[in-house]
Formats: sequence, C-alpha cells, structure tokens
Amino acid sequence: MSQTVPVRLYVNGDRHDIDIEPRRTLADALRDDCGLTGTHLGCEHGVCGACTILVDGKPVRACLMFAVQAEGTSIRTVEGLAPDDQQLHPVQRAFWEKHGLQCGFCTPGFLMLVAGQLEEKPETDEEEMRDVLSSNLCRCTGYQNILKASMAAAEEMSG
Amino acid sequence: MKPANFEYVRPASLEEALVELAKDPDESKVLAGGQSLVPMMNFRLARPERLIDINRIPLLEGVESVGDRVVIRARTRHLALQNLSMSTPLGSLLRTGAAHVGHLPIRTRGTFGGSIAHCDAASEWCLVAGLLDAEMTVRSQARGTRTIPASDFFWSIFTTAMEPDEILTEVSLPALDDSYRTGIAEFARRAGDFAIVAATGAVQVVDGVVRDARVCLGGVSEVPFRSAAAEQVLLGQEWSPRLLRDAAEAAADEVDPPSDSHGDGEYRRDLVRALLPRALAGAVR
Repeated sequence: MSQTVPVRLYVNGDRHDIDIEPRRTLADALRDDCGLTGTHLGCEHGVCGACTILVDGKPVRACLMFAVQAEGTSIRTVEGLAPDDQQLHPVQRAFWEKHGLQCGFCTPGFLMLVAGQLEEKPETDEEEMRDVLSSNLCRCTGYQNILKASMAAAEEMSG
Repeated sequence: MKPANFEYVRPASLEEALVELAKDPDESKVLAGGQSLVPMMNFRLARPERLIDINRIPLLEGVESVGDRVVIRARTRHLALQNLSMSTPLGSLLRTGAAHVGHLPIRTRGTFGGSIAHCDAASEWCLVAGLLDAEMTVRSQARGTRTIPASDFFWSIFTTAMEPDEILTEVSLPALDDSYRTGIAEFARRAGDFAIVAATGAVQVVDGVVRDARVCLGGVSEVPFRSAAAEQVLLGQEWSPRLLRDAAEAAADEVDPPSDSHGDGEYRRDLVRALLPRALAGAVR
C-alpha cells in the first residue's frame, strides 16, 4: 500500500477533497472517490472513449490521466451537462430525440465528446463531426443516429 | 487494469524536473501527455517507480520561427499543431500530420515531443523528424544541453539516443520555403490507429524539375526509414505522375518490412507502392 495524497478536485462546480494514491486514474477517482458514476470505464487504455470527460473545457480520456494531475482544473462530467433537473443539455436532448443510444454504456462518453466539440465550435460540419465521433466506440447503434443527433445538436447550438 | 504504485513528483520548473529525474533516472519516467505511457502503465507493461509530471512547467509549449528554422517546444499538444496558423509547406505538413494522430481527446493531451521521445516508428512526428532531419534538444542536470540530429536520434523501436536522465525540450525543423511542397499519406484499419504503413514527402520543384527530394516511410522498419533510393529517382528529374510511380517502386524495392499480425512484409511493400505516390502527389498539389 503506497501513501495517499490529499487532492482537491472541482467537478461540475463542486469541490471534492479526496485522499488517493497517485496511481488512481481520474476516471476511478470520479467514480469511487467522488461518487460520480456517470463516467463509464470500458477499455482502460484510451481506445473506447467511454470515460471521455471535459478538463478545462477540452475532451480527454479520464482513464489516461491521473487524478493528482487534475488538481486545480475545472472538470465536467455527464452529471454536469444538464442545466437543472427540469432541462437537458441540447446534446442530451438531441440524443433522446434522434434515438442516439441503445444500451447507453457508451453514451456519457459520446455526450461529453460532442458537448466539448460543439461548445468550442458550434458550427462543426458533418465531415468534421464524423472525424470527432470516430474517437469513441459504440457497439449498438451503428453510429448513424449518433451522427444525426450530433448534427441536430450542432444546428441548435449554432442557431 | 490499474497501474502499479509509483511516487508522483510535479516540479514547477525544468531545472527542478532535471534534479528530480537525476535522483533515480533508471526507475523514473517523464509524464507529458501520457497517451502512450499511461496505457502501458494500465497494462503494467511499464511500471516506473517514479513519475516526473512536466505538465505544470511553464515555457515548454509553443511553436516559433527562429531564422530559417521552426522550433517546436516539446510539450506542444497535437491539437495545437492541428490548429497551427502557419501558411507554409511546413505548416501544412504539421496540420495534416496532427490530423492523423489518434483522435480529438488524444490530441488534446498528447504532445509532439512525447511522441518523438517515445519513438514508435509509425508515429507521424517521428516520420516528420526523419523526413526533415530535425534536431532534438535534450537536457540533463549532469551534462547540460545537447542537440541530436534525427539520423542519430532514433535507434530502434521505443529506443532513442536519449539517456534516462535527459528530457527532450524542443525540436528544430527547417522552415521550408514556398518552393517546397509537403505531403503525408497513411493506411490504418481504423481511423486514428497507428498506421500499418505511412509515407511522407517534401519535394522542392523549380521550373518543373525536382531540386530537393525527401522521402520518409513508417511501418517498414524499427525507425523512420529515409528512402535514399526514392530520393535518388526523384532528384533532378522532371515532375510527372510516372516519376512518382518510379520513386515508389524504388522505395518498395529498397525496404525490408517486418511481418506481423497487422500485415506481412509483401503487403507492406504494396502499401509503399500505393501510398508514396499519394504522399508525393500531395507534395506538389
């Protein structure tokens, strides 16, 4: 057992003071130490994208970053997407309306990936969106409805 | 899987990082973007006892022109290169190369220098360094600064001329003028994967004649492969589609690619024949 270190994380605007080993990945810290289990872990080596979250506004693989590295950053997870209990984020709404998910395991990663892209660049066209979506794996949908949902969200967010 | 235990060190300056690294170079690893190191640690293929995190050190990122060279600081993220506003043949090569690196969430973290120090022979940045005879600047506490040309830098897969106590700080490339054209073409089974074979070219064409030709191939040997045969075919000749095919044929004859689960040697030769003309056609677009 190696020594734990105190780490302060800011997730979706909330402060979390946790004691963790440095080897704890950000994904595991979010799930096990902060209790935010919306971030899913698939492959744990950066290929599947299920654990994609936003760190300082940019999409990253939470399995390829150690939680100690995220000290002082602004972290956003799927729990922080919707503005309140009554409304969905435009990307969430578009996935709902366009049937952009089936089993839902990959969905938090896709939502954060697309939200990160569109908040940075709402005018993303379909060609670029296809390239962005190639970051993450989905074993159910065949991606077509994820693409439709992402473009619908792009239209709403750029309009 | 989960990584093994390690001691985490986060220096605030390069000098401090070099001191920390010098304490136990063989058991320490420098953590930059972590997009290759952390997967290896998660698989426990790598079990460093100490990680020196250089992500909070100022002045390690950015691209700047210095005379007839362009200097890329080591921690420059792939995404910064993809968004580079440099309207030169080199700028075009860096943007295109970055777009081939992994995916968006990899490019937000992964770094130019990390890719070169990691030394995967199929990586876009190792190819660009080989293509343009890049000069790598490395620093250690014991021996200060030294500069290593690409021809001496890449030794073998995951092995470079860097000593364990050294940190790569910047990479210098020639600022190719507008008489140059550059191109990169690669084949991978899935978008964003490491290429099975990748081809890059930088060609100077003046009045329809090739004045300078550089060709570098990835995935055909343990290090980026400069094809002297292809460069010889191109040099001094009139530019034509036929010339591209001849150069590709010469390169395919010259390489001795490995066979593995991604493709056998003959298949890789065929990929060289197919990809090099595409890279070079991009080179004179």
